Formats: sequence, structure tokens, C-alpha cells
Amino acid sequence: MFAFCADPGALQTLAWFLCYLTSGTHLAMYWSLGTVLLLLALAAPLALGFGLAGAMAVRSHIGPVRWLGRAYVAMVRGVPDIIFFLFVPIAVDQGIEYLVHLARCPDWTEPVRRGAEFVVCPAAKVPQAGAAVWMQNAYAFALALLAFALVFGAFAANTLHGAMAAVPRAQMETAEAYGMTRRQAFRRILMPQMWVYALPGLGNLWMILIKATPLLFLLGIRDIVYWARELGGAKTSLYAYPHADWRVWYFLAVLVVYLLMTWISERAFARIAARLAIGQPTAAGEALRKAAP
Amino acid sequence: MKRLVLSAAVLALGAGMGMAQQVVRIGTEGAYPPYNMINDRNEVDGFERELGDELCKRAGLTCEWVVTDWDSIILNLNSGNYDAIMAGMSVTAERKESIAFTQGYFPPAASAYAGVSADADLDGVIAAQTGTIQANHVAETGATLMEFPVPEDTVAAVRNGEADAVLADKEFLVPIVAESGGALVFVGEDVFLDEGIGVGLRKSDSELREKFDAAITSMKEDGTLNPLIKKWFGEEAQTF
Repeated sequence: MFAFCADPGALQTLAWFLCYLTSGTHLAMYWSLGTVLLLLALAAPLALGFGLAGAMAVRSHIGPVRWLGRAYVAMVRGVPDIIFFLFVPIAVDQGIEYLVHLARCPDWTEPVRRGAEFVVCPAAKVPQAGAAVWMQNAYAFALALLAFALVFGAFAANTLHGAMAAVPRAQMETAEAYGMTRRQAFRRILMPQMWVYALPGLGNLWMILIKATPLLFLLGIRDIVYWARELGGAKTSLYAYPHADWRVWYFLAVLVVYLLMTWISERAFARIAARLAIGQPTAAGEALRKAAP
Repeated sequence: MKRLVLSAAVLALGAGMGMAQQVVRIGTEGAYPPYNMINDRNEVDGFERELGDELCKRAGLTCEWVVTDWDSIILNLNSGNYDAIMAGMSVTAERKESIAFTQGYFPPAASAYAGVSADADLDGVIAAQTGTIQANHVAETGATLMEFPVPEDTVAAVRNGEADAVLADKEFLVPIVAESGGALVFVGEDVFLDEGIGVGLRKSDSELREKFDAAITSMKEDGTLNPLIKKWFGEEAQTF
């Protein structure tokens, strides 16, 4: 990065560290924090979407929709996360490739599955062979995002379903008395009120989501924990910056980063909870009402 | 958000349609110097990078490098995430059941034990990387096997006393032992476990195997392979 880094062997301690901490791999590590944040920023609303859909499906009066919702929640909640993180990207990737294969190579006669191999025609490869590296990365990221959203969506569905049930029955009865349809009552009465009950559960989920991001490397995305392990390991003189086993320092830094992320989240959730409690028949809402002048 | 996922997928689908030259993706671990490593510029580097690029040039292929986890390296090859493996992977009968190999580009090499002292107990606790020929060997010798996902961890386990010794490819251990300042020494005799290192390929991909085989043959014949081995593994390294 700096011109004086050209010959790392001749550097003094301070300059050496300056060069070392700005090497290509270290810059990649700093960027990987961005990847983690991007995943969080996209996975959280997506999971909330899956959760809302799941919770509404579980409440549905149409049998098959309800069964589907229940099956989704029960299945994902009952299986270890790591299995889903391994299964979803491979299954979705092979599923997409198989569909493209059917569409683009109707004349292909050889079997797609041969023993352990999964071979589609070259035109059906996703992304195409020779696609830019960022495209390969974006595709892998999208698959990972889907896996995270599916898993956390199921937990969110359960939380939201519970929150919907927690809204006082009298509220819905009043809505019915005013002549609102089921849909109207759901949108006008239930939805705005359930969040205060859902928030503690959702806040928990968000924390777990933050802490689950190191699973990204399982999916081939190099996250900050991967880099800490890779860069912290002892380096021989084959590398430009040889050093002993420094993993403990790298992991300490990662620990601080994660602690910082969860600490900021805690504060944000506390503010949102206070905001949502206004006018609600909950202990927090009651306290707010009494404190008001 | 769903649209974002979809459009990413569609983008990926439409990209790179016209192919002038066959693109081959090579999977490697990037954590096994000097065979393969990630250098300080964040590029795949090492013996296999240099060799692989030369092989691709000779075979008329455009090659891209993919860094992947060792545990799933064969799985990802078979599901088509890349087309070849060059990751210091020794040719063994067991691996031949799931993938195909080219001829060796690195001669059958010694594996060695390294410990904190020359009288370390080789029937005690031995560290090795999961899914390697060394791990198989330790399991057969009756010593207690302690497995780790990355090579670096096996050495760390010996340094901090968790394991009595590490069993790994000798070429991987040589620079580590040499630079340990006496903290690590080789223990006992070298063991020979493999049939050399070759490029791993899907069994169905015989066309690509022939191309790589021909390129390796040409490098052996014009004498460019041996100097490359010596460059990365030192003058005493075994050559063809």
C-alpha cells in the first residue's frame, strides 16, 4: 500500500506493522467485515419477510397453506442450523442448474447424476464458466443469504406467531364489532400491536444472527473469522511478513468487533422497545404513561 | 429483497455466454505452503499456482483459482463448483474411487513426524489434518490420532503440548522446523504413503484429464518441472 513497503525485511518495527496491517490480505480482512455487515443488513429483513409469511401461513384458515407453514417452521427449527447451511446452497444451486439444463440442453442424453458427480451441460453452469470473479462471489453470497433467511425466517415465524396470539383478544373483538373484515382487523389492529410483543424475541434472533455469521466460510465466503485464523497462523519466510502464531491477538480483535456489534444492537433495540411501548397495555407502556407529565 | 436474489441469479445466468477459450476453475486450499498459499497481496501463490498457470498455458486453457475448504474439496469438485484440484493432494487408492487423477506432477514424497524433542513418543498422541493420508496412517499405527481442519493447527498442537508429534508431508514441515529455532525437530524415520501428487479431476472429465496429462508430460520432457520443484522446495527436494 505504501511505497516504503517494497522491502518488508528491512523495515523497523513500527513501519513493519504499518505495512503488515495494510497488506493485501489484511485489506481483504477489513473488507470481509463489510461482507458480514451486508449479509446482516440483507438477511434480517429477508428473514423477517419469511417469518411474517410463515406466521400468516400458520394462522391461515386454508388447510394446505397452514400445513405448509407448520411444516416449514417445524422442519427448520428441528434441524441443526449447520445442516441447513450446508444443504440449502447445494440443493438450490443444483436445482437451478438442473432447471437451466432442462431448458438449454434438451438434446443432452448423458445422465446428470453419475454416482457422486453432478454434471450438467456447460451452457447450464451457474454462473457461466468464465464469469467474472465478482459474479461468482455474488452468486455464492446470494445462496448464503437465502440459507440464512430460510433458517432465521422459521424462528422469526414462531416468534411472530406467538406475538400475534399475545395481542389481547378484546382488541380483535372490538374490531369485529366495528364491522371490520378479518383482513382489515389483521392489518389495522393486529399488525401494529404485535410488534411490542415480538420485539424481545426478534432482538434475540438478531443477536443469534450476528453470531452465526462465521458460518459463512462453510459456504465458501471468506468472512472475518476465516481471515483471523488464516492471517493469525504462524508464517514462515515464504511470506513477505513472517511471524509466529498470533492467532490469539487476531481472535481477540474479532471478539471485540463482535462485542461492539452486539452492544450497539442492544442499545438500538432498547430504544425501539421504548418507542413501541407507547400507548400499549404492557408493563413498559404503563410505566411510560405514569411517567408522562 | 427476493427480487435482489433473483436478479443476482439472472445476472449470473446471462453472463459470459460466448466462450473463446475453455475456462477451467482450479480449486485449492491456499493454506499449505509451499504447495499452495495465499500471499500477502491476497493472491493464490506457491508451487501449484506457478505450475498450474504453466500447465494451463500449455494446454491452451484459461484458468481461474478458487480457494476452498479442504474438508469439502472433493465434494465441491464432484458437484461442479470447479473443474480441477491442485492442492497438494496425494494420489491414493481411496481417493481414486471418487475422483480421477492425472499422472503425478510431484514425485512420491516422504511424510515426516515432527515433535518438540527427538525422543517424542510416536505411539502417543499424533496430530494430522483431517482427511489426509497422514491421518489414515496414524489411525493404522495404533497411535492416538488428533485431527485438525487446517495444516497450521496440527503444528500449533505440537507447539503447545496437546500432541506429542505431528505427521505431515515433509516438504510442508521443512521450513517450519528450520525456522522454529530448535523448538521443533524431526522425529524418527520418514514414511512413504502416497503415489505422488496429481491434478484431481471428475471421473467423467477424461478430455480435461488428457489435456493436463499432456501438459505435465511436456513439462517433464523439456526439463522445466524439476527446476520449478527445486525453486519452491529447495535443492534437496525429490525430483523426477
